[in-house]
Formats: sequence, structure tokens, C-alpha cells
Amino acid sequence: MLATSPAFKANVKGALADVGLQKALAFTRPSFAGRRAAAVAALPEFEQLRDVGRDIKDHVLGNLDFYLETWAANVAKTGGTVHWCSTADDARAAVLAICQRVGAKTVTKGKSMISEELGINEHLEKFGIEPVETDLGEYILQLRKEPPSHIIAPAFHLNREDWEESFRASHTDLPEDRVFGERRDILTEARKKLREKFLAADVGITGANFLIAETGSSVIVTNEGNGDLTQTLPRVHIVLASIEKVVPTLEDACALLRLLARSATGQDMSVYTTFSTGVVRPGDLDGPEEYHVVLVDNGRTGMIGTEFQEMLRCIRCAACMNHCPVYFTVGGHSYGWVYPGPMGSVLTPSLIGVDKAGHLPNASTFCGKCESVCPVKIPLPKLMRHWREREFERHLTPQTMRTNLALWAWFARRPAAYRLATRVAAWTLGLLGRKRGRFHSLPFAGGWTDGRDLPAPEGETFFARYARQQRETQS
Amino acid sequence: MSREAILGAIRRGLKRGALPDDQQLALRARMAAHPRHLIPARGQVPRPEQVALFLHNVEKEFGTTARVAGLADVPGAVADYLAANNLPSDFAIAPHPELESIDWSQRPMLALRPGRAQASDLVCLTHGYAAVAETGTLMLPGSGQRPTTLNLLGDTAIVVLRASRIVGFMEAAWDLFRAENHDDVTGGFMPRNIMWVTGPSRSADIESTLELGAHGPRRLHVVLVDDDPSALT
Repeated sequence: MLATSPAFKANVKGALADVGLQKALAFTRPSFAGRRAAAVAALPEFEQLRDVGRDIKDHVLGNLDFYLETWAANVAKTGGTVHWCSTADDARAAVLAICQRVGAKTVTKGKSMISEELGINEHLEKFGIEPVETDLGEYILQLRKEPPSHIIAPAFHLNREDWEESFRASHTDLPEDRVFGERRDILTEARKKLREKFLAADVGITGANFLIAETGSSVIVTNEGNGDLTQTLPRVHIVLASIEKVVPTLEDACALLRLLARSATGQDMSVYTTFSTGVVRPGDLDGPEEYHVVLVDNGRTGMIGTEFQEMLRCIRCAACMNHCPVYFTVGGHSYGWVYPGPMGSVLTPSLIGVDKAGHLPNASTFCGKCESVCPVKIPLPKLMRHWREREFERHLTPQTMRTNLALWAWFARRPAAYRLATRVAAWTLGLLGRKRGRFHSLPFAGGWTDGRDLPAPEGETFFARYARQQRETQS
Repeated sequence: MSREAILGAIRRGLKRGALPDDQQLALRARMAAHPRHLIPARGQVPRPEQVALFLHNVEKEFGTTARVAGLADVPGAVADYLAANNLPSDFAIAPHPELESIDWSQRPMLALRPGRAQASDLVCLTHGYAAVAETGTLMLPGSGQRPTTLNLLGDTAIVVLRASRIVGFMEAAWDLFRAENHDDVTGGFMPRNIMWVTGPSRSADIESTLELGAHGPRRLHVVLVDDDPSALT
């Protein structure tokens, strides 16, 4: 997927002016946070489970080579094939080769962020193979040729009118005068259309929430059932999975499953949690004859052993973006690549480079809400700060910002000068703003005062007042 | 080769070579022991409460339930459910010995077709291997006796489950499964497919509002057979 992350600032301007998007954001924000809060409140052990989840993932990352080798050996025993792919190019080529070898015309797809990361659809189309997204949200985005704006609710930025418009434009074989009275009518039409695709597909591609080392299984977690139809009906099942998805045992997966759905959608458990292990067995009446796992690195090994390793604990629940004031102001598309919100602000610079994605870790208020809801306790604000430091070290930060930081640093290291400067500033602003008590606009601070007023200082700095009050209480 | 490249990059990141033998041994022992982590208290309750919690959670997740005294009462419960919901009386049914042992002819209106599901099937009936009280989840391992398509293709999915197969939490279901299954092909215990199903299919992709019946069944009905005296309240 081509990144528009370098144009983050322009993307944000567009998003803020997009009435439909702002309506969808305002509508969704309370329910995302509310559902999680209710599910967490109903499980007293949730906080302890977050420590468990963190520890399992850290254990895996410290022994990742061992668990991947163990898992791959077990996949081989089940008649499956593992395709080790260092780069996105390798992974695209592996998927295409399988599809071409079996003469695939259409390929159904379950929801997979790795697929977005690799740009599988564009690649298959280039070679005359039709990919069909079957997750309801991904399906409409494919019709509209849009990327997802959220990692688990990919089309929540669309309103009902958008769905209706896209369905009328795409399903031209259906009567023009049909009525979409309720959301259910949209769902029913998609169900009917996609059922035909499920039955016709030659290959089904899904993602993976977990890979189980002890059994060689892959696990998907869905609510619609599209992932299961995708991996059950066609003759060939391809799993796209990144290297950090592996966990040692089914019991490890259970602990993480207790965190995943609650953090994601506020469900105790998603509707379908499915463990796939190899190819159809003798006597089975359904299931694929071929089972492939395209195992993708695509930059992740470069994070191991660095200050960003903790990001590889991520289980893609979306809690961080669901609680992010920045995300709910600018929407997912502004981030300009596959992964939006706080997790994207850390992961995107790791995978496509801080030179392209440097804006993202800067687009944070550091309120810390993301870290406080993360089911595997990733210190997201700290990791964003590391990216800001790297950006500064590599001289990618704009010159005005560097100059101002240098200026601030000079004062911060000289307490006497700092106090004098702040005293002058507070006194001046206090005098100027004495009448109205606030400023509508200030030189060099337009970005701040565009959105709100700056309260005028009372004329005394914090240091001065603190010292005065200390003196007063002592006397 | 990519495999060596990926493993090499991981080891470089971890600043070590391949794991020493003794550490590999320790990790293998951990997998062999597959220790449980923290189990929430809600699943660790006495038998009758487990069954009640399971039924409560199925209904919380928009499933429906019926409770019968024995396998012989299943045809009546199924026929009543289909009639009450205006559903056709012909359905695809899992070719499972326990379902085959039932005398379905007592309800002559019911027309059964054993086998996997077809796209045209409106109602599918399968056999529940086990169920988890903690979340109201059915464990449905795929096999010739429990085709996976029966869980997916019908508009209505019916699952016959014995109360003695309800356990408190997920790990206990895996214990059952590990103990009772062997896969000749792999030498392990996992069949090709195991589905854990919690309620009927749904989506909230349209305006973040929940709608049932996205691609899988719109209705999920559990017929619970009370074969476990210790589970009766």
C-alpha cells in the first residue's frame, strides 16, 4: 500500500473539513470506549490478565526463533506448507505463485491487515485474478476503492447513505427501485452477493490472530463467519501471518483470547474463534486440500533488540485508537498507511521509515490513555517519544522546531535565565490580557489560538507564587 | 533463503545464536506441560452453576436454548423450535453416532439429510463436542461426523449438546480434547478444524450498529440434553 503518511498535515486538514467523517467519528466514539469498559468491569481479573498477556508475548519474543521453527515443523506434519518471506515482494510472489499454480480465477479473502500491508489485492488483479473481500466492511471499501480507516472496524467512517450509494452503483443486476429501509437490508444484499463468491472461489486467503507452536495451527477470530467460509469452501487455504503471531500453546492462546475480544469490541468472546491445522483429513466431508502459511517479516525483525521491540506484543485489538483523542479527531485515513492511531504511530515508522512517517509519533497529546487500555501493556507514549528522538537525531525535524527546541533547552539549563524570561513573559501577558482575561490570538501561537482562547496569566509565574506561598506559610 | 534470513535476523536482534540445547529443552518441557495461566473465577463454579452460566451466556450472545431430559426428547424439541420460528422441517444433520441413535421417526414431519451442508440448506443441525460456561461458547471440532460447513452455511444452526460436556472454562475444554483425541495423520490431537462458536453470526460494520446474520447463521439454537445428574439444579 502506498503511504500518504508524509502528507499527514494535509490529510488532517481534509479530515477536519469532512462533514460525513466527523459525523461518523462523533457517533462512534462513545460506543467503542463504552463497550470495552463494560466488558472489563464484568471481569475482575482483567488487570491481572494484562500482566499475563504481556509476559506471554515477552516470553515469545525472547525465544521467537525457537517457536517459529517449532511451529513450522508442526505445520509440515499436518500437510501444510510454510513460505518464509522476508519482504513484502517475497510474500506477494508466494501468494501469486500458489494462485497461478492452481489456476485460480477468484480468491475470497477474510479480513487481514497483513494483506493490506502487502497490497495483495492490487498484485493479484495485475495478474488477472479477482480478489473478493468478504468482511462486510472490507467489501464496501473494495467497492469504493478506499483503504480501511480502522484495524477492526474498517468502514466505520462511512454512513448509511454511503453504503446505499455504493451498493446501487455496484450491484447493477438488482432492481433499481429496491428500498434500503434499514441497515438489515444492506446486510442482506451483501450476504446474498458474497454467498455466490464464497461458493465460486478457487482459493481462500485469511489472516491469523495467532499461530500455535505446539500444534502448528493458525487461529482466526471473527464475528461474521466470512473468514470461516473463506477457509472452508475453496480447495486451497492461504494464511497470511506475521512472525510475531506465534504463541507456544493453546493455553497461552486462551489467556490472550480473554483479553482480545474484550479490548476490541467489548465482547467476552468473538463469535467464531477457529483453529485451522493443515489439510483435509481422510473421512472429512469438507475443508481445503492445500494449506499454506505465508509467514511475513517485512521489517519486524529489525525491531527486535531495539527500544521498539515491545511493539511486537501488539495483538491488534484497536483499543488504543478507540480511546485516542487524536484518532477521533482526524480519523484513520489521515495516518496515511495501514495502521492508524497510537499503535500505527509506533509501528508505521518502524515498517516504512521515520523519514516518511515522522509526523505520526508527533501527532499525540501524550495523554496516556492508549497505554492504560492496551491489553499487553505496550508503553505507546514512550515508544512515540523514542521516534521523536530518532527523528531529531536524524535531522528530520523542521528547522523552526529545532531552533525553538534549542532555544528552550538553553533556558532550561540556566534556571536564573529561565525564571527571568518566564517572569517577563507572564508579566507582559498579564498586563496585556488584564482587561479581557484571555487572548483570541497571539503572535507565533496561531495554531493554538485558532481552536480556543489562551487564558491570560495573572502576572506572576508559578515559581514566584510557590516561593511566596512557602514564605507566607512559614512566617 | 528467507527462512535462514528471518531466523538469523531474529538471533542478531536478540544478540545470540541458536538457543542452547538446555534452553530448548526447557521450552519443550513448557510446551509439553502447557501450563494454564490465570483462570477467571467466574468459570470455576459448581456444576449446576456452570450449566446455568453457559445457558445464560448463550442467551446473552443472542442464541436461544431448550432443555430436554434425554436424547429421545430431541426430535420433539427440534420440531417445536422449527415450527415456532416458521422454519422448514427439512434440514442437514451431522452423521454423528449419537444423533443417528435417536429415533427421529417419532416426528414424521422432520426430513433429515445426513452429511455436509449445501449452500441451499436453511437449517443445519450438528453435535456439540463440548461447551464453555465462562463465555457461552460451543466447541465444534470438524470431522466426518461433524462437518464444518454445518456450522456455517445454514440460516439457522441447531446444536445438540449433552450437559455433561459443559465445562467451566476454555482450558478445561482443551484438557478434554487432548485426552480424547488422536489424529492419525499428524500424530497429534488437532483435527483440521476446530470452531469455537459464541452466538449467531453478526456484524457491526454498518454504522457501528450490531446486526445478526452477517455471513454465517442468523439464529443459533442449543438443545441441551440433561444427561448429568450433578448438573441439575
